[in-house]
Amino acid sequence: MVESYKASQKIATVIKYIVLIIVGIIMIYPLLWMIGATFMSNAEIYGSISPIPMNWDFSGWAKAATTTLGGSINIWQAMINTYLIVIPKVIFTIISSTIVAYGFGRFEFVGKKVFFAIMVSTLFLPQVVMNVPQFIMYNSWGWVNSPLYLPLIASTLFATESYFVFMLVQFLRSVPRELDEAAKIDGCNAFQILVIIICPMLKPAMVSAGLFQFMWSSNDFLGPLLYVTSPERYPAAIFVRSAVGDSGATVEWNLVLALSLISILPSLIVFFLAQRQFVEGISAGSVKG
Amino acid sequence: MSSFSNNAGVYGQTGFLAFCKRNYGFMFILLWFVGFLIFRLYPFASSLYYSFTDFNLLRHMTSTHNAVGFDNYAFVFTDDIPLRSLGITFMYSFVTVPLKLIVSLFVAYILNYKLKGVNLFRTAYYIPSILGGSIAIAVLWKAMFSNEGVINTIMGAVGLAPYNWLGESDTAVFIISALRIWQFGSAMVLFLAALKGVSLDLYEAATIDGASKVRQFFSITVPLITPIIFYNLITQVVQAFQEFNGPFIITNGGPDGATTLIALLIYNNAFRQYDMGMASAMAWVLFLIVAILSIVAFVSQKKWVYYDDVK
Repeated sequence: MVESYKASQKIATVIKYIVLIIVGIIMIYPLLWMIGATFMSNAEIYGSISPIPMNWDFSGWAKAATTTLGGSINIWQAMINTYLIVIPKVIFTIISSTIVAYGFGRFEFVGKKVFFAIMVSTLFLPQVVMNVPQFIMYNSWGWVNSPLYLPLIASTLFATESYFVFMLVQFLRSVPRELDEAAKIDGCNAFQILVIIICPMLKPAMVSAGLFQFMWSSNDFLGPLLYVTSPERYPAAIFVRSAVGDSGATVEWNLVLALSLISILPSLIVFFLAQRQFVEGISAGSVKG
Repeated sequence: MSSFSNNAGVYGQTGFLAFCKRNYGFMFILLWFVGFLIFRLYPFASSLYYSFTDFNLLRHMTSTHNAVGFDNYAFVFTDDIPLRSLGITFMYSFVTVPLKLIVSLFVAYILNYKLKGVNLFRTAYYIPSILGGSIAIAVLWKAMFSNEGVINTIMGAVGLAPYNWLGESDTAVFIISALRIWQFGSAMVLFLAALKGVSLDLYEAATIDGASKVRQFFSITVPLITPIIFYNLITQVVQAFQEFNGPFIITNGGPDGATTLIALLIYNNAFRQYDMGMASAMAWVLFLIVAILSIVAFVSQKKWVYYDDVK
């Protein structure tokens, strides 16, 4: 009886591992194949299942490193443009969201519940609905194709991405108020309390918010597609898309995949350096708590 | 009593100054409030206004726009192109969201067992969620499912005929759907956190009572994690109805409009034909659909979502 129970437990474990490995292959194989394909000739990409090239071919990478879009920009400049957008967005989002979260999390004021409800409800406001009127608005301000990427960055100064505010408010609830009180008695004003007491304790959540904003802004495509029109200002996402082209003509896949891989490499590195924060951050932002 | 709210009472001030003192926490959310008015509320309201006009961005340079009443909406609900697009969007969402939730819950359930190397698998499963929204991955998908792509090569290797995945209307939309389901990692991480919160005592009690694993899953696990199911459901529905990158990059809406989801149709109207009025009307239809689905979910949650802190 005990023997057969143990045996069936073992079989159950084996089945679980088989499922985990099959799912793992489905999740990782496309990425490995992508990496491998950048080292293949175009002829080998058609017809190769293994991610390991039979004949290593670096022409895709050589082309990717030098190819330009209409002679005005290459992938490296496009990468710089990407982070000219991403880094200010990350910094502004962290600062503005923390200030607003502090307001919601630590103060009472008239209409707080209503404001909070409005803020949470904008979480469910589809961006697609906002694109047209925002474009008309930015266009009338002369912000389209702004060298400072104003349409993409400016709104992050105002904590408009409520997901991050919500996430920080949730986290702030678990931070004890005793230290605030003590600092207040010691003569700190509300702003000093935010900087000296709250920020250090909120740091894990602020890092998570920054990481998610980093990933989402790096992946953002529709924003630059609408608001960046001259090629020398293209971020990598638009650069890659232009390299693929709309046409159905033969695509140089090793070149295109190498460009694609370059464009996600910083995100991959950041993910591996900060996996734990991602996994914990995503749980902090949910309805839990 | 909260920390900063009762100063006025202590010092006995009255009038406007006291009101300001009592509410000065509002200063911290002022930033958000200004941003909300400029970047959210104003565009949102003006979009409703534009949806009743023939606002065209090109023509707008030389002339103004006219009110057209419900013409744009009438077009959306009578013309074949937007109706078909809405139909495809519904089908896409009703395939993608349930499958993504089922897969993510199933995988989270297995990961919740104390197996060696679970963290490694969790990390691996999470990578597509982080990168999957990028153009690079959409391009990869296009490469893999193209006619000479690796998927057809694999099909050939196991003796199946190659298939024109992106060129046939009956499969193209499912390839885009598959790209999103492949990104189940973030939903999975949330489910995993919820599963860890379910008390083991409940399972022990159920095992003693002779309940099978399957029975335990549906009678104990699922009811207790309904808050996270609810959260994932709402966020995934909102996301699915806005799917844009996949159809834009992988199929460009084709073949023959079979993957022109509503977000892409809105884009085409607004930024290829500059017909902002029509695009706004379509966007509002989309908004109302998402809003109704969300409201249905919120209202119905009383029936099926379990909160243990209900007072």
